[in-house]
Amino acid sequence: MAKMLDTYVNDLRESRLWRSVFRSGTGATNLHRALAVQQNIFLHLFSVKMRRAALNFSVTWYLGTLSLATFLILVATGIPLMLYYHPSVPQAYADMKDLQFVVSAGVFLRNLHRWSAHAMVLLVFAHMFKVFYRGAYRPPREFNWVIGVVLLIITLFLSYTGYLLPWDQLAYWAITVGSNIMSAVPALGKKIRFLMLGGNTVNANALLRFYVLHCVILPLAAILFIGIHFWRIRKDGGLYTGEAKSHE
Amino acid sequence: MPDEKSTTEQEVRCTRRETFVKLGLGTLGVAGAGAAVFGYEFLSPNVLYEPSPITNAGKPDRYPQGSVTADPKTGIYVVHGPEGFYALSAVCTHLGCLTSWLPEQNQIACPCHGSKFNAEGVKIEGPAPRPLAWLRVWISDEGDLMVDRSTTVPARQFLRT
Repeated sequence: MAKMLDTYVNDLRESRLWRSVFRSGTGATNLHRALAVQQNIFLHLFSVKMRRAALNFSVTWYLGTLSLATFLILVATGIPLMLYYHPSVPQAYADMKDLQFVVSAGVFLRNLHRWSAHAMVLLVFAHMFKVFYRGAYRPPREFNWVIGVVLLIITLFLSYTGYLLPWDQLAYWAITVGSNIMSAVPALGKKIRFLMLGGNTVNANALLRFYVLHCVILPLAAILFIGIHFWRIRKDGGLYTGEAKSHE
Repeated sequence: MPDEKSTTEQEVRCTRRETFVKLGLGTLGVAGAGAAVFGYEFLSPNVLYEPSPITNAGKPDRYPQGSVTADPKTGIYVVHGPEGFYALSAVCTHLGCLTSWLPEQNQIACPCHGSKFNAEGVKIEGPAPRPLAWLRVWISDEGDLMVDRSTTVPARQFLRT
């Protein structure tokens, strides 16, 4: 039975349709494996070979991968939530409550989105601490550390803009306080706050601006910088496995 | 001789290319500056649908002597002190939370970070950097007490009726 399934899979992978999509073809040689990675738009961000040591749990604790996983969960849960949420003052709070109590599986998606958001902030910080204390930020990886700092800022802004969307008391006052902190920036502070909120108080314009930032601008920026971040791992010589290991 | 000719031709070609590069970059610079101005103007709303800063607080005799009356909707306190009427902004000078009047402690307290003020807005404790703002008050032609939340006045400027 298993053998029959094997032949079917092999036939499928040799078919013209499959080969038109995946050109590398079947085969257990290193060349085929390398081609399979190199010829896939997503996989080609990574190098075709990596050190066995880089797969050890102790090297990275998989914190970067886990950060990516939470980001993917946030995209996958955030898009369905958008289908029931209107970013307007009369509707936002009621829509959030509808997602919790009326929409099928709404409470699951909302809670998954919320917990993943908390987890992502935690994991991104943990990832940075791990990279810092292992010294993995040192040359030639110093620019990827900078990209990582940009990703941290995007993560925090995603978290902050998402905080307003439930439009409850906690959200309203948190953004009031946060936007007043922003206005402490020398000289430009008041202007930045006005542009961010689209007014002088946290109101309809602020809700809509935060919604657009949260659902469009910041996720696109995150995807762009995540792409650069992964590509740079390959260009900077793969994951850092430690000084002692590299001398062997 | 033909060598010399070709070098001059090359020089001319380079200069022309450089000219176009400069022209192109200059045009892009102007377009970029224009886009920045456009973007800034677009992001600044010209009309705000925010509530008017001027509020009608009703007839002054609504407020008995020695009373502090909070209106959370407009974010003001109307106070009828021994020296006359005045209005305080209820917005905390620390980070903009709405304070509340605690009559039993004779204090205005902010729920966010614990700033406390007396009935004249003077800070008693907490992180607030400034006293609460005194707002302009006047009596309208109809005899109503009016408060302008957008205009602050120096402290201890009382309205006597």
